[in-house]
Amino acid sequence: MKIKAPLVAKKAQPGQFIILRIDEKGERIPLTIADSNPEKGTVTIIFLEVGKTTKQLGTLNVGDSLQNFAGPLGMPSEVKKFGTVVCVGGGVGIAPLYPIVKALKEAGNYVISILGAKTKDLLLLEKEIQDFSDEFYIATDDGSKGQKGFVSDVLQKVIDKQKVDMVMAIGPIIMMKVVSNLTKQYNIKTLVSLNPIMVDGTGMCGGCRVSIDGKTKFACVDGPEFDGHTVDYDTLMLRNRRFIHAEGEACKLAGVS
Amino acid sequence: MSVRKTKHEMPEQEPTERIKNFKEVPYGYSKEIAIEEAKRCLQCKNTPCMKGCPVEIDIPGFINYIAQGDFEKAAEVIKAKNNLPAISGRVCPYESQCEGECTLKKIGEPVGIGRLERFIADYEREKGKKPPKKPVSTGKKVAVVGAGPAGLTCAGDLARMGHGVMVFEALHDPGGVLMYGIPEFRLPKAIVKSEVEYIKSLGVDVHYDIVVGKTITVPELMDEFDAVFIGTGAGLPNWLHIPGENLDGVYSANEFLTRVNMMKAYRFPEYDTPVKIGKIVVTFGAGNVAMDCARTALRLGAEKSYILYRRTEAEMPARLEEIEHAKQEGVLFKLLTAPVRFIGDEKGVLKEVEYLKMQLGEPDDSGRRRPVPIQGSEEKLAIDTALVAIGQSPNPLIPQTMKNLIIGKHGNIVTDDEGRTSIPGVFAGGDIATGAATVILAMGAGKKAARAIDAYLKNR
Repeated sequence: MKIKAPLVAKKAQPGQFIILRIDEKGERIPLTIADSNPEKGTVTIIFLEVGKTTKQLGTLNVGDSLQNFAGPLGMPSEVKKFGTVVCVGGGVGIAPLYPIVKALKEAGNYVISILGAKTKDLLLLEKEIQDFSDEFYIATDDGSKGQKGFVSDVLQKVIDKQKVDMVMAIGPIIMMKVVSNLTKQYNIKTLVSLNPIMVDGTGMCGGCRVSIDGKTKFACVDGPEFDGHTVDYDTLMLRNRRFIHAEGEACKLAGVS
Repeated sequence: MSVRKTKHEMPEQEPTERIKNFKEVPYGYSKEIAIEEAKRCLQCKNTPCMKGCPVEIDIPGFINYIAQGDFEKAAEVIKAKNNLPAISGRVCPYESQCEGECTLKKIGEPVGIGRLERFIADYEREKGKKPPKKPVSTGKKVAVVGAGPAGLTCAGDLARMGHGVMVFEALHDPGGVLMYGIPEFRLPKAIVKSEVEYIKSLGVDVHYDIVVGKTITVPELMDEFDAVFIGTGAGLPNWLHIPGENLDGVYSANEFLTRVNMMKAYRFPEYDTPVKIGKIVVTFGAGNVAMDCARTALRLGAEKSYILYRRTEAEMPARLEEIEHAKQEGVLFKLLTAPVRFIGDEKGVLKEVEYLKMQLGEPDDSGRRRPVPIQGSEEKLAIDTALVAIGQSPNPLIPQTMKNLIIGKHGNIVTDDEGRTSIPGVFAGGDIATGAATVILAMGAGKKAARAIDAYLKNR
């Protein structure tokens, strides 16, 4: 979905996110920026219809408007020449990975991309990412495309084959945890982008707090990217389930399921 | 003639009734009671009350008009200094400001100055506010960052001086802490919006969803505007730093209150944002924010709402009225108690808090007696929700993104008494400069900064 938001488009950098609200009674939800065009003043967001707000978002048509759209928020990705970088994207996490792949390639890195999804229909931005990758792999849980299995299996093979200087992983928390555990064994710098529950997104509420190396950090202002080897993924997984019951209730009442 | 020794009571909702709703607790004075209360004022020549007012209101002046029944004149006197009286008339700590200095305290209770200010503000709002005549434009433009009490006050004063003012607000509503922090039952949001409308009627433009430091930077604002005022507040919540603080069920006061007040979680699922509190809620801290949390929890249906505080009632930083209201509503106070850790189940859900009993020792830097733990006094309490209300630190967004701006050790923007920062043309005030304080001090800082900005613009 492309949103006309010239001020946000002008400033958006890879790794940053926006907060939107559909209407007066809506929830503020964070979504990572998938692409931006400062000339046209547009910001692209890609989302999975998982809860009430995203399902409602999916029903909007060209020309509709949102109540609120604020950003770009969070710290941008660290983009520089690392050498050989592996970009791992899982599911809807592939969307925010795209601008990072592009930026890392443009910074002169040798970029190896690994995309994963449950099945081939859920893969996103394959061609776009492939265009900016020196090597490109796909893994699907059901084997409908690329290798059958997980992105971490492919990553293992890549690491076995060559020296890797940095790994960037965005996807489900469990995927980022597995990737980080793997790269830790080889002492490869790993960055992950976290997606905790947020309210304001400006450092005010602390709802998005995550435990990094035993210290409390706010994903909205300190992140969303962190050193993957220092994240307490288990707590994050539990915290992201905080309102699952209410989400179900809201969806049911809104007639979206 | 003898003077009545006590303030006239302000009628309010019964505690048993009000804990079932989010409507405002006090109803305010009637015209008759307001006039009677105003007549208690001795009209002291040396005006001690005014020394205690951060926004310099001519207090005996407006009270005198109330006593004469001329409420419109009274409103004019207040508005000459304070553009947001419906707000300060509700949330000021009068007892330590104007009323604290009142001569009547020698024989009894002070004049109900706060109640009278509120009466006039409400009278004026119901009649329809008249914006003052537009001043001659100076042609200068000022950017104000943050639409909270400091920013709104600064913006209103600058507009009345003839400067063009644009306010940039990060959130989707104006008011800052007035909107996200202070609950509806203490400061109705319709009143905040009406006060903001008044500021806008003075010629101030307000833009939402602009996160200064991210969407646009202060240096960029400086290219477009002749001066910048930063009033981004103390948004960053402080933590207890004890084990279990990230369990499901532990909220910062900011998250809890933002969900309920700004996002209207108390009306979920009509509004999309949820909050869940369970049956037993414990708030840590004893300031105004803590009282707001504990009272909000009751209104959301908590069976028991505790305040856990490591000192005694005498040291509580909250306004007297808040403590009284909390007690009337059934908030339970566990004093001389400090939490040690939160305990959760295998799903990461909060189940218990363990705490230690304390006793008061020698006075500390703040002059208050320091609480000292009593060894071996650990106890546990089964709880569903913990609300951490132990203060906030300055919002990091602008300090994080601005070089050359001198920042204090608590992350605050360093300013002089008039709000000048280390960068010429950039001013700051309110909690971003002082650390978490009160609404009225932020308003006072916005007022002083407006004068300093005016002087700066004239000298350019």
